[in-house]
Formats: sequence, structure tokens, C-alpha cells
Amino acid sequence: MSDMEKIKAETGRWARERDTDSLPEALDELGRPVKVVYTPADTAHIDYLERIGLPGEYPFTRGVYPGMYRVRPWAMRLYSGFGTAEDTNRRWKYLLEQGNNGVACAFDLPTQLGLDSDDPLARDEVGRLGVSIDSLADMEVLYDGLPLDRLISSFNINAPAAVILAMYVAVGAKRGLPAEKLGGTLSNDMLCEYVSRGMWAFAVPAALRLTTDVVEFCTRRMPRFYPFNIRGIIMREAGASMVHEAGFAFANASAYIQAALDRGLAVDEFAGRISFFFSTGTQIFEEAARYRAARRLWARMMKERFGAKKPGSMLFRFTGTVGGSFYQAREPENNLIRGAYGLLANILGGAQGMLHPAWDEPFAIPTEESARLALRTQQICAFETGVTKTADPLGGSYWVETMTDELEARIVEVIEDVEGRGGAVRAIEAGYMQRRIADDAYRRALEEHEGRRPVVGVNCFAETESNPERHMNFHRHDPDMYDRQLERLNRVRGRRDEGRVAQNLARLQAEARGTENLMPCLIEAVESYATLGEIMTALKQVFGPYREPVVI
Amino acid sequence: MNRKIRVLMAKAGLDGHDRGAKVIARVFRDAGMEVIYTGLHQTPEEIVRAAVQEDVDVVALSMLSGAHLSVCRQVLDGLRAAGAGDMTVILGGTVLPEEVGELKALGVAEVFPPGSPIDAGVRFLTSRYSEAT
Repeated sequence: MSDMEKIKAETGRWARERDTDSLPEALDELGRPVKVVYTPADTAHIDYLERIGLPGEYPFTRGVYPGMYRVRPWAMRLYSGFGTAEDTNRRWKYLLEQGNNGVACAFDLPTQLGLDSDDPLARDEVGRLGVSIDSLADMEVLYDGLPLDRLISSFNINAPAAVILAMYVAVGAKRGLPAEKLGGTLSNDMLCEYVSRGMWAFAVPAALRLTTDVVEFCTRRMPRFYPFNIRGIIMREAGASMVHEAGFAFANASAYIQAALDRGLAVDEFAGRISFFFSTGTQIFEEAARYRAARRLWARMMKERFGAKKPGSMLFRFTGTVGGSFYQAREPENNLIRGAYGLLANILGGAQGMLHPAWDEPFAIPTEESARLALRTQQICAFETGVTKTADPLGGSYWVETMTDELEARIVEVIEDVEGRGGAVRAIEAGYMQRRIADDAYRRALEEHEGRRPVVGVNCFAETESNPERHMNFHRHDPDMYDRQLERLNRVRGRRDEGRVAQNLARLQAEARGTENLMPCLIEAVESYATLGEIMTALKQVFGPYREPVVI
Repeated sequence: MNRKIRVLMAKAGLDGHDRGAKVIARVFRDAGMEVIYTGLHQTPEEIVRAAVQEDVDVVALSMLSGAHLSVCRQVLDGLRAAGAGDMTVILGGTVLPEEVGELKALGVAEVFPPGSPIDAGVRFLTSRYSEAT
């Protein structure tokens, strides 16, 4: 009898004698029964070197870099922005002093949709959920006193991503820094906005063209800049299951890659700067296994489907963050603990960066104090717990390896399903991803409501009778900021050379009708202080609007 | 009430987070109501127009951007001006506890802040419309 046969026989005996069949059932996140225990027999079929390997080497299951957190912990970059550029600049400086690694800009809704602050539709939303950016003048204030040559800036914006990048390049130029010297990440993932969250501006094909313009520009001119950061998180937060999140994100990423290849870029020219941003729940082992599966699958897709040759082109680099939707409004202080567990799942999953939501997210954007706690949660994990000592500490776990294989297979099914529907763009235009996500969201809502998925303080161990009054200090929107924002916008419009602005916008429209890369034209337009709204309106006139397939 | 309760589920303003709106729309539907969903980025005027055109009983607003006070005021004023002041307007979303009183004073029939059970709206509407008959 071989060792493996002995293990199988022993496990069979143990199950009979211990009557493990009578134990309560446990289901994994795929809804399937989990064994009471996993043994070497469950993983005996896995070829270690081929399927798991070593960190920093194909297929990267154990991590994208050889040293992982031994070299340095993940990048801690809180998502932050509100009010005017002055307000946000102050908050950023505070967070940098507290140890934040770079800045991750949150833009308000008008900015994300490409509307100026004086647009009637923007009236009630200016500066509420993020910083308000109308023109280069705001961007100059936003980065005032920050070292652009060393700072890592990340921009959470999609539809107007190209314009925001143009403004950042223009701020650098004003300080004598060429685009080549600027480092950061632009989310620039338009497709996720059509699936969830709705921050779209144009018909889908035009959005894809702008994304590709940015990718091409960064490939040629900005070696330190990551031109897209594919957002699974937007879909997960809208309710997508962990498998749909990964599958749809990879399908969307494939559409961007194909568009860049069609543009004439070689895969190894740009694929080394693709990164992802995923949401993480509190099911620690499944989440960690999913990230391991995602690394292996992405590496294979890049190598086999897109023909990447450089190992750097095959890396699933990701920012992971506990999704705000996993937080609860009842007993909100408990979110600190949920956050810490989700953070652990990210680290066990091998994340390169993390934002981490503040505990008061169900109610408002963070205060200075709640943001500091979100940063400290990460710092305690990185420097006090020892999780950074070795790469992929769950590698070899019989259960985690089994889950990794199963999750990979399920994610592949989702990608193939989307490809079978004509690819991401067609699937989105038909409302397919939207419908799947709404199904997932409803299923989860029922699970929680019916108590099948425990949520402490909500559907179990909930405070009864009268909940104790909590005195919580939430972030308050400053209504006066609207006037300050409009004042700067009007000042900009009063001082600029209107002839030059009109000329730049006309040229932008002419080039938008053609196939030229729009980035140089956008940079000139923002340098003449054409506003974000004016530029986006000019583009919308050429590109046409998007008609939402309304799906419940 | 003999006929089904007709609900317009409306996403007002620029906020595109519609997970809650879609979940609650399905909960309403499963409870036997007729639900019309507006889609995203609706102005108060568009919501009023849709509510009147569809002759709904209830306008359910979903907002997560924080701009609810102003939007609710405009929707309520618009409905009254259109002769539809008897429609029930309810609101779900990121409402702070101390804003609930002000919203109700404006005429919002009920507010469902974060943490509300998903059937809270159904319970509120069924009791309101069974009392009405």
C-alpha cells in the first residue's frame, strides 16, 4: 500500500468511526459542501511545480514577486477626497504624515461624469463624495506642495480618465517635470461603469477608444504610470459574487488588451503595467484562494491567449480592499473588526496594495479620525502580526489548494460564458453582466435577511430593545464649498484666452472624429484651461450618448 | 386596495449605486407590487413626469450621494404642482439619523436609512395601503 492509499484508507476509517457524516453541513462561497477535513489525498493529483511553483515565477500562484512582503509591505493608500482641492490637499498631507504611501484620489460625482460644478445637474453633488475638479486650476491646488516626482498618485476615475491624466501631465509640466517622470495609476476602466455604478459618459465603443488612447500614450511616454487598473470591485460592490467579480473583470481586461493589440501595440509593451482592483469579503480562506487562482489563471491567459513572452506581462498585480458593502450600519464600530479580517484575507491572498474603508463608510465618507484608524489597521497588520514573514503562507494547505483549483475552474466558466456572448462589450450592451450581478445581489440580500448568512449585530447577536444611542461624528459636507468652487471656476473662465480654448476644443472634436490619439490634444486643451465639462461635452457631441439597458 | 400597488423605483441625481434600488425593486415585486425602475441619473423633473405618466401610487427614491434633502424637496414640490401630491414618497439610502425628521417634515412618508431590513418598505407600504381601504 502506498502512503497515499494509506492516508485514504485512514481517512475512510476515521470518517466512519467518528461518524463525520452526521456533523452539521458547511457550505463554501460556491454553495457547495465543504469536507470536514482535507488531507494530502485531496491534493495528490496537483503537479506542484507546474500548478503552484514558486513566488515570482510562472504560474505565479504563490505571488507575483519572489520576496513578497519581505522587501516591503503592500502599498497603503487610502482612498480620499472631498470638497474643494484645498480641502483634499490638506487631508492628503495629513494622511501622508501618518504613513500613507501616496495618494488615491476620490472625485465627486460631477467630476466622474465629466460635468462642471456649475452644471445644473451637478448643483447638489459638488464636493460631496470626492473632490471637485473643474479645470487645471483645481488640479494645481490639489497637488500643491506635493512632490510629483516621488509621489505615487492613483486616480479613481473612468469616463473622464484621459482628461484627468492630461491635467496631471499639465501640472507636472508647469513644475518642469516631463510626463516620463510622473508615477501613478489611472483606473481608466470604462466597461465596469456600464456594468455597475453608472459613471459613464459616451457610447461604449468610444469609451474603449479613449481607454486605448491612454494606454498607448502611457506606453510611449509614461514608463512609470499604470494606464489601467481593472475594477472588479465596482461589480462586486454592486453585488457580484466573488467568481463573477473575477470572471467579468478578466473578460473586461481581455477587451482592453484586444483593443490595444488592434491599435498596433505589442502585448509585452503594455501588459507589464496592467493592474487590478478587487473587493474582498470576510470569508478569509476562499478569498485568499481566489487571489491565488486569479494569479495562475491570468498568467496563463496572458501567455497562451495573448502571447505574452515577458514574465512581467503575466502578473496579476492587485489592490485588494475590504468592500464597503461588507460593512454594516448597525453597530458600525464592528466594521473595524470586519475590516481587519478582510485585510488579513487580502494579505494571505498576496495583495500589492490596499485602500481599506473606514468603519463609518455605511453612513458617510471618512473623517480624519476614521481614516487614520483605517491606516492604523493596515500598519498593525503589516508591522505587528508577522504575516509578512513568508510568501503565500497558505500555500500547500490541502483545503486552500483544493479551493484554488475549484475557483479557477469557475472563473474560467464565467469568462468563457462572456466570450460565448461575443465578448465583454456585447455582453454589457445586452445587459447580461448587469443581470447576473443583480441576481447575485438579491440572493445575498435574502441570505442575510433570512439569517442563512450570519451578520453579527444584524441578524444574530443583535442588540434588542432600544439600541443604545451612539454619538458618532460623521463627515459633514460643507455647503459653503460650492460657492468657493464656483468662484474659482468663474475666475478661470474670466482670465483665460477664449479664442485659444475654442480653437483647442474644435481641434479636439476634429481629431475625435478621426483615429488619432487624443492625449496630446487633451493636454493642450487643459493647458488652455478648457474645463472638464467643456471637454467632455465636446467629446460627447462627437461620440454620442449611451443608452442604458434598464435591468432589475 | 384591490389593484396592485404601483411603485416607481427612482435613482435620483448623479449617483449610480443601484444595488439597493434593484434589490428592493425585486422585494417589492416578490411581494406582489408592480414596479417600474427608472434607470440611473434621473432629475427630479424626470421622476415627477414618470410618476405621473405611469400613474403610480408610490415613488421610491434611492440615493447614496448625500444630496437627498434637496432632491426630495424638488420631487415633492413637483408632484404637488402636477396634482399628484397624494402619491406616497419614500426614501432609502445613506441618510443620517438626524436628517429623518427634516425629511418627514418635507413630506417624505418614510425613510429607510442604512441598516434597514430589506422588507421594511414592503411592511410599511402594505400597512399603509391596507389602512387606506
